[in-house]
Amino acid sequence: MTATATAAPTASIVVERTMPHPPAKVWRALTQSPLMAEWLMQNDFQPVVGHRFNFRATPIPNMWNGVTDCEVLEVVPEQRLVYTWNASAEEAANGLKTTVTWTLTPVDGGTHVRMEHAGFRPQDEGGRQAMSGGWPRIVEGLERVAGQQG
Amino acid sequence: MEPAADLFRTLSDGTRRGLFERLAREGELSVRVLTEGAGVSQPAVSQHLKALKGAGLVGELRQGRTVLYSARPEALRPLIDWVAHYGRFWPERFDRLEQLLKDMDP
Repeated sequence: MTATATAAPTASIVVERTMPHPPAKVWRALTQSPLMAEWLMQNDFQPVVGHRFNFRATPIPNMWNGVTDCEVLEVVPEQRLVYTWNASAEEAANGLKTTVTWTLTPVDGGTHVRMEHAGFRPQDEGGRQAMSGGWPRIVEGLERVAGQQG
Repeated sequence: MEPAADLFRTLSDGTRRGLFERLAREGELSVRVLTEGAGVSQPAVSQHLKALKGAGLVGELRQGRTVLYSARPEALRPLIDWVAHYGRFWPERFDRLEQLLKDMDP
């Protein structure tokens, strides 16, 4: 089968929660680099459209170099933040080319926080499932069967 | 292409995962035996075995005219490591964000 290059369907991960904190505070956590480092990953983010930055995590040998290439696409303070989320360096050619969109909506007593990580192609399905939480169960099962615990 | 991305792709398929699990449980089996109870045709099983072999998850041993397949669970290691670190990436990051917001000044 050859993959069609145009209009290939892509998939998303959506996580949303209502948090008992005002939008201004959530916005700080989402956009101030040292705070982002505490809950997301090490980064050199700046809330400026066009700013290019990296997220850096612990590399996994033979799997992932740990670096995510990003560019800020949209900044609407306390409402909306969009950046690209792409594979980096030698993994860039075949790796993820995705977008992360944060949407904050004020609600009674807090903020509704919605994150959509979009643009996973069919060949990224493993990564998508991994990032959204589908794989731990599968791997647990495989580990059990394969006697690989510990 | 990194080998473990192959692992994700290979094991995304439930039938293939089932074949791998059966080999891990039951030891060395032929295509014919594997096809019984696989729910798909023998050529389909052969295709899945080829993919599993390509990802290093399955090895083969020729015994006369029969080829016996066996699981190589050690090939799962990069996948297990990856999932241990990032398996629930976004839900966990949300947990951490909420914890940070609790600890932050108002």
